[in-house]
Amino acid sequence: MSDQNIQLNEDGRLKHFLTIDGLNKTLLTEILDTAESFTGVSERTVKKVPLLRGKVICNLFFENSTRTRTTFEVAAKRLSADVLNLNINTSATAKGETLLDTLRNLEAMHVDMFVVRHADSGAAHFIANHSAPHVSVINAGDGRHSHPTQAMLDMFTIRRHKGEFTGLRVAIVGDIMHSRVARSQILALNLLGTSEVRVIAPRTLLPAHVRTMGVHVYHDLMEGIKDVDVIIMLRLQKERMRGALLPSEHEYFQLFGLTQARLAAAKPDAIVMHPGPINRGVEIDSVVADGPQSVILQQVSFGIAVRMAIMSMTMGAQAQGGAR
Amino acid sequence: MSDNKIYMQAEEIEGLINEMALALKSRLETNRITAPVMIGIHTGGVWLAEKLHHKLALKESLGTLDISFYRDDFTRIGMNPEVKPSHIPFPVDGKHIILVDDVLQTGRTIRAAMNEIFDYGRPASIMLVTLVERSGRELPIQPSVVGVRPPLKLDETITLTGPEPLGLVIGKSKKHARSNETD
Repeated sequence: MSDQNIQLNEDGRLKHFLTIDGLNKTLLTEILDTAESFTGVSERTVKKVPLLRGKVICNLFFENSTRTRTTFEVAAKRLSADVLNLNINTSATAKGETLLDTLRNLEAMHVDMFVVRHADSGAAHFIANHSAPHVSVINAGDGRHSHPTQAMLDMFTIRRHKGEFTGLRVAIVGDIMHSRVARSQILALNLLGTSEVRVIAPRTLLPAHVRTMGVHVYHDLMEGIKDVDVIIMLRLQKERMRGALLPSEHEYFQLFGLTQARLAAAKPDAIVMHPGPINRGVEIDSVVADGPQSVILQQVSFGIAVRMAIMSMTMGAQAQGGAR
Repeated sequence: MSDNKIYMQAEEIEGLINEMALALKSRLETNRITAPVMIGIHTGGVWLAEKLHHKLALKESLGTLDISFYRDDFTRIGMNPEVKPSHIPFPVDGKHIILVDDVLQTGRTIRAAMNEIFDYGRPASIMLVTLVERSGRELPIQPSVVGVRPPLKLDETITLTGPEPLGLVIGKSKKHARSNETD
């Protein structure tokens, strides 16, 4: 049994959601289809369905992220679950041991699901491996490894605007090296059958193995976004930057910042995406971020429906396991 | 699957739907409801509702409900992998609603549907129309208009197949199987 298979129960249903790696097109499509049904909930008088009534979902955030935590919290509440928010300072000693102690304590409070954000790669896997069998774990971002719910909400946004993935050219621009989002996006785009996935970045912000992930590599923005249908801008992760990988933010913008003039190289109906929070004037010009081709705020709305889908599917797989 | 037998075919079902439309009209007149709206429950209920909606020439577009998010057996059987969006294209507040489903058995689907409708607003009334009413009720729910009441054994299921042509098929129930069609 590989590590990835702990995501699935014996019927092949999604029990944890830790990484896109090891999943298949059918499952990803099921997530997108289920999310489609949840989008309507936000527009009703009562913005809630009773699906996870009585379940306790714990947002276990070892790394700050108000936005991601908030969308998970809204998603859980729209499913009628009870939500605990825990922001845990990782600077404590003996991380492994305190983490397990924390888990045991929360399990004693009958938590049904952990949503985990951690600065270390593999943290969510670790928690999934050490949780009680009836507990589901969702990865809300672990180190440089993966951020699968963000990738799925991006896929949802692309599908809403462009329909099928086959025939699409998608460019991911910026700090690929430090981006768990990019890694998850590339996996998901390829699984869903995207014709061409491009990454555009300075050499210092590209991981060495990137070509093995099934992408075309560009170092020039104009060249890279020529005729693409979707442009995904990544945030310049200043807090992750170690050493002098870049001369200055200003120079980065000169070379890799998305401006209206540069955007013209893409297809006229290309959409511009960004996982947020955006650094205006660093990776993207305000005119583009607020412009007609930007779908950045839609990503946030869709993120709630996608997280509702993933939460209910993983909790549902727990139910199934018990019934058979 | 080999146990399945056809109970009724398209032409006969069409006849039932015509009778149901007439019964529904007179029922609406008796209750002095002049501008009702109609909601079909996925999947079979929507097929039936489309036909009734057309025959009654209702002004408001047809609404559709997928009650997967309101099922009472989620913790037992999990998420329906083929959930469809619910779509109610009109405000529900103060409306007289005709709720349409294919088969009424336990009544649990109808309970779930009513719960969902109330999350859209407060209707003036809800009346239930089903093609098939069968034994096995577990909740106090009763239809206003019914197409047919076939005598069935407890371990028999009846399913509407479609959308074109419609058919009613009798089969044997499997324990623990998802019972979307027969609720």
